[in-house]
Amino acid sequence: MNLTLKIWRQAGPDAKGSMETYPVSDISPDMSFLEMIDVLNDQLVRDGKDPVAFDHDCREGICGMCSMYINGEAHGPGRGVTTCQLHMRSFSDGETIYIEPWRAAAFPIIKDLVTDRGAFDRIIQAGGYVSVNTSGNTQDANALPIPKDNADKAFDAATCIGCGACVATCKNSSAMLFTSAKVSQLALLPQGEPEAARRVQRMVAQMDEEGFGNCTNTGACEVECPKGISLENIARMNREFLKAQFTSEK
Amino acid sequence: MSKSAILKSSLAKKYWMGFTGLFLCVFLLGHLAGNLQLFMTGVEGQFQFNEYAKFMTTNPAVKILSYVTYISILFHAIDGLILTIRNAKARPQKYAYNKPSANSTWASRNMGVLGTVLLAFIVTHMTNFWAKMHFSEVPFMTADPEGKILEEPLKDLHTIVMQFFNPAENSMALVAVILYVVSMIAIGFHLSHGFQSGFQSLGFKNEKYKSIIDLSGKAFSIVVPLLFAIIPIYLYVIQVM
Ligand code: SF4
Ligand code: FES
Repeated sequence: MNLTLKIWRQAGPDAKGSMETYPVSDISPDMSFLEMIDVLNDQLVRDGKDPVAFDHDCREGICGMCSMYINGEAHGPGRGVTTCQLHMRSFSDGETIYIEPWRAAAFPIIKDLVTDRGAFDRIIQAGGYVSVNTSGNTQDANALPIPKDNADKAFDAATCIGCGACVATCKNSSAMLFTSAKVSQLALLPQGEPEAARRVQRMVAQMDEEGFGNCTNTGACEVECPKGISLENIARMNREFLKAQFTSEK
Repeated sequence: MSKSAILKSSLAKKYWMGFTGLFLCVFLLGHLAGNLQLFMTGVEGQFQFNEYAKFMTTNPAVKILSYVTYISILFHAIDGLILTIRNAKARPQKYAYNKPSANSTWASRNMGVLGTVLLAFIVTHMTNFWAKMHFSEVPFMTADPEGKILEEPLKDLHTIVMQFFNPAENSMALVAVILYVVSMIAIGFHLSHGFQSGFQSLGFKNEKYKSIIDLSGKAFSIVVPLLFAIIPIYLYVIQVM
């Protein structure tokens, strides 16, 4: 396959960026999208040019590092896939492909396609955990009865890999889907119950502080999320937050 | 968490948006029930409609409700404006190539635009009818359909409405009908996203209720604006013929 790539190049956080055009040829349809970028970078290095910086790690759809806005969609045209799991057969020969970084004030660009998604870490740090007593007589988690439905829903929420596609695709750059997944995975389980009110309040406060936009329920995040995290989680977080306003004393 | 969270948090804004929006949906139903009486023509219809208009402008409970409605509209509009401004700030640099139609509906992405159209409609609509009823000279109905003289003459809003959509009385009648219908289409789109969105914001949507909420939202956003829109068309047509 021969393709024309239009890629966002930006030398550093404060540099002015622009879309640059690069032709690539002899691309196999079986390559992953990142492998195709590897080919381009190899070519750029040979030509003595600066390769395109992009995030990646596992390349098997589980780490959430890869992040590219491809042809107007987060992680490209596929559904339920990350960029590393997107294959070149999803494109046609001779196509022009636009590649941009996640765009959100809360995800500042470090270089080219690499953004700083530390805001997500800070949201988790604000409350996305369970405080475990390490006194030595900690109860076995399996000893707690958990309804199957709740366990399944908590598990589904926990499959969020923190990639940030939800923010990137949301017209408001809202982080509600991510935050609600992290709130839900714990709120649904007895282990998370005691800190539920404090957790949701702190995580929402941190989310607002990071400068993410406000959710307007367009539902784009759910469609583009590689893990199919459901909007139901956002509704649950809305409930949890409202409940917390009445039940918490602080 | 500070006590002001319920006012300042992004989630609180959603709650207020959803709450006022759903309240306004209820208001629409009430308003529609009133308008549908315009299908009854003749003196009986005129009398009944004017009685109803009197009740709506004088009953203390309705008065309170109408103030809640005005406040809801204002709040909904201002909150919406704040959200729009903040959300624009959350993405200072736009995408060079974006394809939002792949993952969301047009209405859901243009609630601000639709809302602005509706606000303009509400303002003109209130100048045309509400303000006339309250502040200016209006014709009166002095007798009931049986010809009995009324103790207190009734403000004749019915005639104002009929004249407004009558080309013989109002040179802009056709334009008024068209703009009215266009506004109802806008409200239909606004509701097609807004109705279910309000429930989602208030946390009602879950596996159990999602389908019924979505379905009611679709039905509401089609049936209510359609019934509203048919009335001026009907009034125009019967008066031209
Ligand atoms: S909710 Fe989905 S899109 Fe958002 S960070 Fe998690 S996995 Fe990525
Ligand atoms: S590189 Fe790990 S999910 Fe794509």
